[in-house]
Amino acid sequence: MPIEIPKDNWPGTVRTVTIGATVVDGGTRATTVTVGGQKNLPFLHFENKAPNHPVVAIEIKDHRPDDWSPLLLEAWGEVVDDPVNWAKAAEAAGADLIQLSICLTDREGNPTNPEAAVMTVKDVLAATGLPLIVFGPGQAEADNNLLVAIAEATKGERLVLGIAEDKNYRTIIATAMANGHLVNARSPMDVNLAKQLNILISDMGMPLDRVLMDPTTGALGYGIEYGYSAMERLRQAALQGDAMTQLPMLVTPGYEAWKTKEAKVEAGVPAAWGDWLERSINWETLTAMTLIEAGADIVVLRHAESVRRIKLAIADLMAATYTLA
Amino acid sequence: MALTGIQIYKLLPKTNCKECGFPTCLAFAMKLAAKQVELSACPYVTPEAKTQLAESAAPPIRLVAIKSDGYEAKAGNEVVLFRHEKTFYNKPGIFIRVYDNQPVETIRATVAEANAYAVNYVGIDLTVDGFAVASASGDPIAFTAAIQTVRAASKRPIILMSRDINVVKAGLNVLKDETPLVYGADIKNWEGFADLAKESKVSLGLIAGTLAEMAELTDKIKSKGVDDLVIDPGGRDLGAGLAIGTTVRRLAVKKNFHALGFPVITFPGDVSDPGMEAVQAAQAITKYAGFIVLDHFNPATIYPLLVLRQNIYTDPQKPIQVQPGIYEINAPKPESPVLVTTNFSITYFSVANEVEGSGLPAWLLVTDAEGMSVLTAWAAGKFDAERIAKAVKAFNIADKVSRKRIVLPGHVAVLSGELESELPDWEIRVGPREAVDLPAFMKQAL
Repeated sequence: MPIEIPKDNWPGTVRTVTIGATVVDGGTRATTVTVGGQKNLPFLHFENKAPNHPVVAIEIKDHRPDDWSPLLLEAWGEVVDDPVNWAKAAEAAGADLIQLSICLTDREGNPTNPEAAVMTVKDVLAATGLPLIVFGPGQAEADNNLLVAIAEATKGERLVLGIAEDKNYRTIIATAMANGHLVNARSPMDVNLAKQLNILISDMGMPLDRVLMDPTTGALGYGIEYGYSAMERLRQAALQGDAMTQLPMLVTPGYEAWKTKEAKVEAGVPAAWGDWLERSINWETLTAMTLIEAGADIVVLRHAESVRRIKLAIADLMAATYTLA
Repeated sequence: MALTGIQIYKLLPKTNCKECGFPTCLAFAMKLAAKQVELSACPYVTPEAKTQLAESAAPPIRLVAIKSDGYEAKAGNEVVLFRHEKTFYNKPGIFIRVYDNQPVETIRATVAEANAYAVNYVGIDLTVDGFAVASASGDPIAFTAAIQTVRAASKRPIILMSRDINVVKAGLNVLKDETPLVYGADIKNWEGFADLAKESKVSLGLIAGTLAEMAELTDKIKSKGVDDLVIDPGGRDLGAGLAIGTTVRRLAVKKNFHALGFPVITFPGDVSDPGMEAVQAAQAITKYAGFIVLDHFNPATIYPLLVLRQNIYTDPQKPIQVQPGIYEINAPKPESPVLVTTNFSITYFSVANEVEGSGLPAWLLVTDAEGMSVLTAWAAGKFDAERIAKAVKAFNIADKVSRKRIVLPGHVAVLSGELESELPDWEIRVGPREAVDLPAFMKQAL
């Protein structure tokens, strides 16, 4: 006797967001990335085939980071000393986009100045044809100064600027609006705070198809389930028709997983933790995979092996080669 | 889904005899629907009615336990699709598979290591649940030898894997007084397996190529009186696995479709890439698996998977907390520094582990932040200068120290001014944002 397969029928659709602009559209990118557009929960193609697949960004910095796990520095090698080479290496490792995180200080320890930051961004744009996400150092004043300069100098490129959060969003939104860029809007693992920020951003006149939702998530073992459940609730609210949650989601498992003790420390940890490199990659990969199941559209990773595994997983999830009966 | 009072009434004798203590069968039916009375109060209900009533009260997904001497791995009794709707109840069992054509020493070493494995996570020891023994040889003697090797190295529950009833029977002969899972029965061999399961009381794993075939198979086997079933409806790649797992869970909790209301067993180990085995297992953990069978035992993989399982299956309503108070780390002295943090378990253990590992002594003051992390508690107004000052006074930390100096977590540096006002005779310091940076901070700045 045939079984009636339950199929969800949702009224809402996640907005479609395109990052990057080719020459035709006023930019210099070789490719653009489009995410969102889902009409149902992730990967359930038997109900509705998703028009876009999740994408993988690789995070690079504007100079050698002094606080990253030694494993990452070893994996990337010399390229970490030059963002141009690093961007090329990231592209070769299979990134769909690059995230450039600007450090608070430069190589000499002086505050990064806007001119230098602009130079770095332009150099990276010349080094790779992939779409670009640019994050400031995460301090309001520095973010605003640097991102405004970067936004103005790269008008038309449709970068994603980050991060806008409730404590500091106006300047970043304004410059994104004026220069045709997108923003990453970050809220602290809370459905209502995410909505609220999107409302504030929308009230400024920013079109929501240029906004990504960043719900913040902890790493595996460090609070991931809070972010995971916030994401499931946000995605379901979107599909139920709540316009202020109908945004694709960006998450940063690379940042979260690689700052854990599991990823940073080799000596003096329990034997039960196993091999340092393999556990660190698992930490990043399993954080990313869990969030992808919850609807992550853009995952920002740091290790090339995690990128390989996650891209395989995404391809498999999107393949839709089965029949349900 | 429970039956309504009216639906129950239709199954009762409708004689209004009052022997149950209620004036009418309808009144009794209403009480039954509200679970305020037992069906056994009615002496005249028919066996057919009893079965039907039991069916509807049954949980959407059968609870199946794989047991051995002193151990149990159970799955089922789930009621939601998303943990935030309520919670997930029974963590999926994680089993390591060995094959009977592997050298005895390989089997013994793998099982011994996996059996002894325990990793501490926020004060809980996480372990694997048991072992699956697969008949790769087809030979009953090799199978029993492998099982005996496993049993000699571990008492944990076992899954026996063979489609050949003679191999399974031989295996069961060496596993007395326990209830392993026998995997399994399919559309061709089910009758013999059902009889075997009925007789030996083992739980039965079923294999079918489609959901319709699986539903038919469970119906057939249940009609033989075997109810403890675990299903493998296929779907070895991620896409198919997700669709099948989701559909089985939806049918159970949304449609009360009992023919597929059983825990699902998955085999991430069937993919050959060990890196991808972990990724498959992560999907199984988040998306509805009841039992997960891995082909590789590697602490670097098992540790994160056990933690993920713990995280996803935590009750969202009950954040894990530690008791507020003063925690002494590395035998602190009066001149040792005071660090303050919140009582969310992950926060507490992150900070305590770092300081402990550094060997540096400290007094760790843990405030009652209702189980929230530093940033969350601060955002929610549950971790502020007033509350910290209150904790300082309530726990009398001033009596323990010769130097009144307290270190704030870096994420709430902004509180230092206010805290100075609240505690005027204390020196307020701002520590690092991340626990991992505490030892360096303590060495250099304190």
